[in-house]
Amino acid sequence: MEHISTPKVENVKLLDRYANRKVANGTLYLTATHLIYVEASAEVRKETWILHHHIASVEKLPLTTAGYPLLIHCKNFHVAHFVLGQERDCHDVFTSLLKLSQPVKPEELYAFSYNPKMSKENREIGWKLIDLKLDYQRMGIPNDYWEITDVNKDYEVCSTYPPEIVVPRAASKAVVMGSSKFRSRGRIPVLSYLYKENNAALCRCSQPLAGFSARCLEDEQMLQAIREANPGSPFMWLYFICACMSVKSFGILLLFLSHHLNAMANRAAGKGYENEDNYENIRFKFIGIENIHVMRSSLQKLLEVCEMKSPSMSDFLTGLENSGWLRHIKAVIDAGVFLAKAVREEKASVLVHCSDGWDRTAQVCSLAGLLLDPFYRTFKGFMVLIEKEWIAMGHKFSHRCGHLDGDPKEVSPVFTQFVECVWQLMQQFPCSFEFNERFLLEIHDHVYSCQFGNFLGTCHKEREDLKIFEKTHSLWPFLLQRKQELRNPLYRGFTAYKELQPNTLPFSFQFWCGMYNRFDKGMHPKQCVLDHLLSCMSQKVQLEDDASELENKLPFLDGPLPGEASSFPRAGHAAPKAPVPNTPQNYGGAAPPVLSNGTSPGAGGSAVDQKHKENLSHHHQDLGASTEVSDGNAQHQ
Amino acid sequence: MEFSELIKTATVENVLLSCAGLPAVRGTLCITSHHLLLSSCPGGDVELWLLIRNVDAVEKRLTGSSGTITLRCKDLKVLQLEIPGMEECLNIASSIEALSSVDSVMMMYPFFYRPPSLKLEEGWHQFPLEQYFQQISSQVMLRSSQPLTGPNRRRCREDETLLGTILDEGERGFIIDTRSAQAAKQARMTGGGTEPKSSYPQWRRLHRPLERGRPLQESFAKLVEACSDPSLSMDRWLGRLESSRWLSHVKAALSTACLAAQCMDREEATVLVHGAEGTDTTLLVTALAQVILDPSCRTLAGFQGLLEREWIQAGHPFHLRCAHSAYSHARLKQEAPLFLLFLDCVWQLSRQFPFSLEFGERLLLSLFDNAYASAYGTFLCNNEKERSLCKVKESTHSLWAWLNRPEEQQKLLNPLYSHNALVIWPSVEPQSIQLWQGLFLRWIRPSQHLDEAWAEIQRLVEENNAPAKESTGNRLSQSLSDPTAGVS
Repeated sequence: MEHISTPKVENVKLLDRYANRKVANGTLYLTATHLIYVEASAEVRKETWILHHHIASVEKLPLTTAGYPLLIHCKNFHVAHFVLGQERDCHDVFTSLLKLSQPVKPEELYAFSYNPKMSKENREIGWKLIDLKLDYQRMGIPNDYWEITDVNKDYEVCSTYPPEIVVPRAASKAVVMGSSKFRSRGRIPVLSYLYKENNAALCRCSQPLAGFSARCLEDEQMLQAIREANPGSPFMWLYFICACMSVKSFGILLLFLSHHLNAMANRAAGKGYENEDNYENIRFKFIGIENIHVMRSSLQKLLEVCEMKSPSMSDFLTGLENSGWLRHIKAVIDAGVFLAKAVREEKASVLVHCSDGWDRTAQVCSLAGLLLDPFYRTFKGFMVLIEKEWIAMGHKFSHRCGHLDGDPKEVSPVFTQFVECVWQLMQQFPCSFEFNERFLLEIHDHVYSCQFGNFLGTCHKEREDLKIFEKTHSLWPFLLQRKQELRNPLYRGFTAYKELQPNTLPFSFQFWCGMYNRFDKGMHPKQCVLDHLLSCMSQKVQLEDDASELENKLPFLDGPLPGEASSFPRAGHAAPKAPVPNTPQNYGGAAPPVLSNGTSPGAGGSAVDQKHKENLSHHHQDLGASTEVSDGNAQHQ
Repeated sequence: MEFSELIKTATVENVLLSCAGLPAVRGTLCITSHHLLLSSCPGGDVELWLLIRNVDAVEKRLTGSSGTITLRCKDLKVLQLEIPGMEECLNIASSIEALSSVDSVMMMYPFFYRPPSLKLEEGWHQFPLEQYFQQISSQVMLRSSQPLTGPNRRRCREDETLLGTILDEGERGFIIDTRSAQAAKQARMTGGGTEPKSSYPQWRRLHRPLERGRPLQESFAKLVEACSDPSLSMDRWLGRLESSRWLSHVKAALSTACLAAQCMDREEATVLVHGAEGTDTTLLVTALAQVILDPSCRTLAGFQGLLEREWIQAGHPFHLRCAHSAYSHARLKQEAPLFLLFLDCVWQLSRQFPFSLEFGERLLLSLFDNAYASAYGTFLCNNEKERSLCKVKESTHSLWAWLNRPEEQQKLLNPLYSHNALVIWPSVEPQSIQLWQGLFLRWIRPSQHLDEAWAEIQRLVEENNAPAKESTGNRLSQSLSDPTAGVS
């Protein structure tokens, strides 16, 4: 590799960032894809793997008595603090990592070199695993009111939409094309979810173009067609997501009002003011969710809080409050709940947009779907949801996750927030999701890892241009294969719960230690209920598996999965309940010097990404599906 | 005093009872000497059976000819009674106020409660102290009150000798003082103080200030107030959670207990814990340290023994400390939720070590409820002397007798429990300490989904212990035969 001048540095220390006393000594390796740290002192071989794509920043800190520190922050919130003996080594590693972590060309991304030794057929089947058409079929589309159209097959309507979109049958091609001229980036109103029970539809689009002063008849017709596709309801909702109190959004708001309200006011005037129907048929609601820049800085503040050294309870809670992070999470969930309520209770169709309709709109539409439809709370349903609302509809993963060296102002934790919203719901509804927290973390890891093609680029067209369907693998079959460890043992099945109606009072939201302090194992519960319940289940895994597989297949007929054989060790699963001695931390700040603080190595202290392996040379073979994850990876053919 | 003198109106018809999260019920309200009853129709189900001792605050609001009484209970439940008739409303309110503030121990319900299924003597002599002392090995944890050094720096040879004999030649011990160094020094002005180094050469003193008394009571009240305010924004909520400082107190209590445990387990040293009186923060620390160190304190029976030993017999003044809970407007005297703080810390341990405690959250909740208002005599009075004067053991039932009935016990057990002989060192990082929702939000947030999860855990574990193929099969056929499955 051209960027690696020093592939191996010995005598490197790894500091444990919240227990000062724990210092590991070992060897640091740089490979084409990973930074690997192998602890020499540990009795068991302990490794820390960091994928280059996961590195968010590398800093050289001022020289200390221990040596030259190198601080690495990862996008999955891993923080690694190395200390190197030689300045030269430190500098070499630093410059290599800067280059390796910020590839310039898409072809340099891991997905294009990742080779899990899978046959071409299986790779292709893998890409077909999630078929959005089947999801629309599940909703009963096409039907009398909605159709799947390939009007965008040459990206003439919208370059950031997929070739096939769902629009009202009543909207002609001229209406679609006309509306696309009126809306920012041509992102016309399209269906995101149809609530079959009452025909209320959840639709999404971008805002009307600034400077478009005249009315756009086609766009009005489009809205009318959406409203009329739900004949049971006399009105529809227009939800406009804007940052609270910003001058810019106020401007957009006025523009928005002048377009829609004037249009209708004019029409109403023509027919006389008494006719209330014209006002009645569209209702407006403004939802306050901050923009990507506010969210980026909010996360930054949150992470600073998470990294504080022995903070007091007040430091932490004040920092948490000042970061605003949970306020934003609540705002997103509130919006999802509004949407779901309008659809379910008011039986009204909803059209929702923010500015471009690919960030906040994606968040709230996918959450509303998750709240309304238990299918989206299954493994496969959740994959469909992400493919549909995020990937297909052009959430700019590449920019938001900073996959390539680019504008740092485009980076924003929009998807992270969505994942956290799902986690918050899982806390309130522990039995209604088929998957567990690890599944969310796994997806979150891979959104940044660039190991699979799904999240590369910014939209469908770009992924086609990158030939990801020919050159890379899809993440989903790899995750399905590991279902046994990613499942929620408390899941009560597809039919146990229909809609979820979460409590959104502030106390219902918790700080997600498992995400933002995920690699600080010492902070987590010392005994893992999930592991224990999973091992309880292992006896009857097969039966249950068949059941949930059938459940999935009922609404969702699809082809066989590549190697869906259970890879779960049925016997010999380490009894996770066996008590592991844990060590005391430094209690109460200034501990008396007499106390040695018990430096015995914590047997249970290995981080998630620290794997115990026999031989390093194997690694280049199986840099595996699970780069940063727990041990149950390996078996992919 | 006769109870009947305090009851101005005994029954009112057509009262509407409402409680957050439950449908409102209309019925007849009755006041007896110790209970408030509401039944929806004559001879029908009793919808409410509230121990009046449980009432912490009574608020009344009159509107026209009727009135609303809000009852804020010590277990943090809030009830509303809509009462037709102004006079009835005022009478009911003042009757409840009068009955709930009866302070004489022997007038309390435990002295009248005679359940047919229990025997009076049951449960009272279950935990002989000698038994525990036999188990203790070389290191010892001691507790005491502060030495009465006073402004003239008095010494006490006997005390120095006593502490000296505990340690062998060359051995060192730690004194953990739960007051700040400054507060301990100030205590000399009022006759108290600390052990001077010169007189206790083998002992090393550490100060770990823990909150007690009024500030702790106010912290509790502030937290409960924040929890019951649905109008708070996220920022205000986090701000109020922080400014209540409750979680800071949890963190401090756990840290200090860990320090005491660490001195014993890691330094193999003897530890003496004291604050001022040795009946509050001292017990918090010694009891918690034992849960952390000693697996036998983590069983259902062992934990009851620990409470009996470290709280009840050690003279934690329950009667004074638990006279009022978070809602009371009464002028605070001696109230302080130290016992609740202890239960909260145990809950934090159970969250971090979900397999290591034999009992679950239900026991902790039940202990909290019973410490503040109970049908049993276990938490009555302030110390053993008072209990013996009031003949508590002779004339009331023991809570332990009730809890240890097999059908009750079943509900209290933690299905995930498996014996863990090791020390359980918790994390005291803020990220690891959570608000105890099960207690503070018990009556505020719906718990249906969490209860279902708990039941599911129980089912999974039981199935695993006694693998029954049929049940899996049943579940499979259920999900397949459900006509709504998937075809919705």
